[in-house]
Amino acid sequence: METVYLTIVLAPLIGAIIAGFFGGKIGRVGAHSVTILGVGIATLLSLWVLSRFIWHDEQAFNGTVYTWMVADGIRFEIGFLVDRLTALMMAVVTFVSLMVHIYTIGYMADDAHNWPEDSRVGTNSYQRFFSYISLFTFSMLMLVMSNNFLQLFFGWEAVGLVSYLLIGFYTVRESAISANLKAFLVNRVGDFGFILGIAAVVMYFGSLDYAEVFAQAPALADTQVAVLGGVSLMTLICILLFIGAMGKSAQMPLHVWLPDSMEGPTPISALIHAATMVTAGVFMVARMSPLYELSTTALSFVLVIGAVTAFFMGLVGLVQNDIKRVVAYSTLSQLGYMIAALGASAYAAGIFHLMTHAFFKALLFLAAGSVIIAMHHDQDIRNMGGLKRYMPITWITALLGSLALIAFPGFSGFFSKDAIIEAVGHSHIGGAGLAHLLLTLGAFVTALYSFRLYFLVFHGEPRMDHHTRSHLHETPWVVTIPLIALAIPSVFIGWYAIEPLLVQNWLGDAITVKPEQDTLHHLAAHWHGQREFIRHGMQAAPFWLSMAGLVLAAYYWSYVLQRNPKIDVELQQRGGWLTHLLEDKYGFDDFNQRVFAGGSQRIGRFLWKSSDQRMIDGAVVNGSARAVGWLAGVVRHLQTGMLYHYAFAMILGLVVLLTLFVTL
Amino acid sequence: MTTLTPSLTSSMIAILPELVILVTACTVLVADLYTRDDQKQSNHNLTIIGLLLALIAVGFVGGSVPTEAFSESFIRDPMSDLLKGAILIVSLLTFIYAKDYMRDREMWVGEYHVLLLFAVLGMLIMVSANGFLTLYLGLELLSLCLYALVAFDRDSKQGAEAAMKYFVLGALGSGMLLYGISMLYGASGGFAFADVAAAVASDGVNDKILVFGLVFALIGIAFKFGAVPFHMWLPDVYQGAPTPIVLFLSSAPKIAAFAMAARILIEALGGLQSDWGEILVILSVLSLALGNVVAIAQTNIKRMLAYSTISHVGFIFLGLLAGSEQGYASAMFYSVVYALMSAGAFGVLLMISSKGQDVQELDDLKGLSDRAPWLAAMMALMMFSMAGVPPMVGFVAKLLVLEAIIAQGMVWLAIVAVAFSIIGAFYYLRVVKMLYFDKPTTEVPVTTNASARVAITVNGAAILLLGMYPATLFTLCQQAFPG
Repeated sequence: METVYLTIVLAPLIGAIIAGFFGGKIGRVGAHSVTILGVGIATLLSLWVLSRFIWHDEQAFNGTVYTWMVADGIRFEIGFLVDRLTALMMAVVTFVSLMVHIYTIGYMADDAHNWPEDSRVGTNSYQRFFSYISLFTFSMLMLVMSNNFLQLFFGWEAVGLVSYLLIGFYTVRESAISANLKAFLVNRVGDFGFILGIAAVVMYFGSLDYAEVFAQAPALADTQVAVLGGVSLMTLICILLFIGAMGKSAQMPLHVWLPDSMEGPTPISALIHAATMVTAGVFMVARMSPLYELSTTALSFVLVIGAVTAFFMGLVGLVQNDIKRVVAYSTLSQLGYMIAALGASAYAAGIFHLMTHAFFKALLFLAAGSVIIAMHHDQDIRNMGGLKRYMPITWITALLGSLALIAFPGFSGFFSKDAIIEAVGHSHIGGAGLAHLLLTLGAFVTALYSFRLYFLVFHGEPRMDHHTRSHLHETPWVVTIPLIALAIPSVFIGWYAIEPLLVQNWLGDAITVKPEQDTLHHLAAHWHGQREFIRHGMQAAPFWLSMAGLVLAAYYWSYVLQRNPKIDVELQQRGGWLTHLLEDKYGFDDFNQRVFAGGSQRIGRFLWKSSDQRMIDGAVVNGSARAVGWLAGVVRHLQTGMLYHYAFAMILGLVVLLTLFVTL
Repeated sequence: MTTLTPSLTSSMIAILPELVILVTACTVLVADLYTRDDQKQSNHNLTIIGLLLALIAVGFVGGSVPTEAFSESFIRDPMSDLLKGAILIVSLLTFIYAKDYMRDREMWVGEYHVLLLFAVLGMLIMVSANGFLTLYLGLELLSLCLYALVAFDRDSKQGAEAAMKYFVLGALGSGMLLYGISMLYGASGGFAFADVAAAVASDGVNDKILVFGLVFALIGIAFKFGAVPFHMWLPDVYQGAPTPIVLFLSSAPKIAAFAMAARILIEALGGLQSDWGEILVILSVLSLALGNVVAIAQTNIKRMLAYSTISHVGFIFLGLLAGSEQGYASAMFYSVVYALMSAGAFGVLLMISSKGQDVQELDDLKGLSDRAPWLAAMMALMMFSMAGVPPMVGFVAKLLVLEAIIAQGMVWLAIVAVAFSIIGAFYYLRVVKMLYFDKPTTEVPVTTNASARVAITVNGAAILLLGMYPATLFTLCQQAFPG
């Protein structure tokens, strides 16, 4: 199996290398063929691995493939831990990635227009893009298949790097550059916590290997650390690691980079900023469940952060007018649901929602991208409308995706999200009551913004200009095939996966849950099949709230809109201070800009002027550089070019050595 | 130590690689007489085949059990196997890199091949020497060929001057070595390393004549390596000699010099480790300091690499002076790796030297990434490796040496070495900056032949792969010093 796992990881890497370094030689077709081949191999093998785990009871694999070095007894290795959790993640990552690869052929077809004509930066941008997304697939696989913290960190940073490169893919656009800088900086904050967490693990456990750390964890559960007046070691490690997850999975208050990341091309918004990379934090916490279970403080922290993000970020989605930003805020909100599930110890539910969300959110993003292609890269939903007639496949798949998102009974999102809300309801750790309330209300918000978007884009009278309208048509098959391929699991996967994942505890040993914190056993204990679950769900508040949101959205943005085209603007005006608050995104950006960016600029300027320029540059750096330079200048004159000087130096050396070692 | 019974047949088998090189050299010498000027490719082909056959022969006669031959004057053991293999591989690279350069300058004649082959033969003999006489024989065979090769460009004044300096100073160095050997002979009554080792074991450090001989012999070694203050010939020879000769001079002979140091210092004079260890401390600190600092002030790339060589010699000495098996193995690892890095760096210089236009100045490297991206990448790889940036093998080599000396409690020495490496990193990274961030000064396209491109790629891959999988080579080095 080791060979299979290695192939899964290396095939996308090889594709990325070929497309990246030889893109100019192999051309566009060559680049997309080779990367799709690489990712296709990885997908097929991943699905095969998953099927082995499902039907053949494959045993978990935990092995090292390469030892980089051993220092002080700590092994720095590359290794794979493939259990059911990993197999599931591998299948999701590679499948979505493959769909996005295919889709990109259509999306990037006329990429040349996006670059200034007289610059060289746009050369081979198509090949470069394919190289990046293949590289991303490799990095993400390294992350999920890791069996140690070092490799986890490598994957973590590598996906961050590719994300950075892709957000700023259009290097000639200022907004893209500031967006990728923002993503980079905010992720630095998260990674700072993450690496401190890993450092704490190394310090107290003396190992980077998951299995070894998890085995020692119960013994160290009561250790106290003298930080901040004494906290439990587990709480410290878990919260530090979770800060990393907050950066990567864009949880408040480190969420600010994700909406801006929409500057990147749409395929990567689907792949990286919706389906896979941003869920790395969710995966990481689930993987670390043996540690998190030992600290209810950390779990409460996780739960509250997740629930707050889920509700408040959904609200912001209501006032956005850029089609991708609406979906982006919806992603933030859904990530909040997953994180909240983890906080409630319902790791399986979190992973379940991660999977369903990966399908329907990738679908929604790709559908949005399809609309954007048709609209000639106009992303403002106020200029759309009535697209359903022109783009039937995009329309129907987007509708299916939206229904899955708002947890319409029977759709995949329904099973996963209802399970989360129910699990949080059964949780008794601190903050669970608040979290349950926020998540329940979130259902209403989700439905409202999703269907506002849906009605504004696909229904009503077309509002685009005449030129765009005359060119409207369905996008090519490379775009629609992935939409259809993603729509199928968006609808059905929940029905088939809920029973094994949540009821039969399919993930098994991959996840550790303490019996007293197990919030999913209620669900399992009262399980009477999917139909009963749906019937039960339809009697609960979240269902009615989301139906209310759906109806309200239909009323305003379909019924009223036909009579009053300005209803959207009027509604926002009627919102008053609330709208302002939402449009300012609760002021996080301003706050960061003023306090962190401004403050650090001021500190930086102070340090630069006073200490750096005078002290460090003046005395230390330039001083020592000048000293070395001067010394070099002097000593080189020893090399006179005269033979007798050279011979003299040798004799002198001889005499000195003889004096030192023979006569003394 | 168990050895096989020496007989003439087994002796001949033991020297099979040397025989192959000798036969090749003679064949080229004769064949050259019967080929027209436009058929000189055959010399090249013969040489390459000879080197490859010798490489196979090394693998064929190699093994973990040492074999002595010719009345114990010759030895074949794991150390000689590995070092011979490395010498032959690096020499192969030399021939391949140098081909276009020498042909364009009409220096691609039979003598060039013959002299280089005899130099290789000299090195192989040095590596397998089991006594001072054999060692000296190999050393002089190597040195005489190198003197002639440095002056190979007969019209170049600089070349002639460099060769003259090299010859005179080399004679002085050899004289000192020979004097040291005579002292050791006087004290021990034998030329074999084992005899000297026995004398050291019985008389120990009290015998001043032994220490006297040791100092002289060590100076001979230091001269061959180019350690401060016996380094003066290096910059001038590097600058004056034709670049292909410098490529050769800077790579394979360092491996042979390591063998010489290992044979004399460890096998013969291992008992005087406390004495020569202290001398090496002085030499290595001086080399690290002078090499790294003066390299910064150089504008000529060949001179810069000459000083870089001096600083790397400091590191090899550090490994030796640790006096432990781990230290010896790390020094051996370092010298093999250094030869590879140096071959790669000079190889790139050769490949970008166009007809009639030698690359001499650092400025000639400016903007190379625009003109020849792959070669620029390879050069950057070599520079990173020399500077000791992970994951390149140069990092591992430095790390192993530092580990060895720290294990011996010489932390201050490790700190000195690291400090000078950091200073040294400046001039390596400056080259990388020139390659990628400066505007090219010339638009002349770079033309290379396929075999050289393959060779440089293999060379670069070796630097990278050995850095990621250092264990294989290091284990081989450790086997050479079984403790």
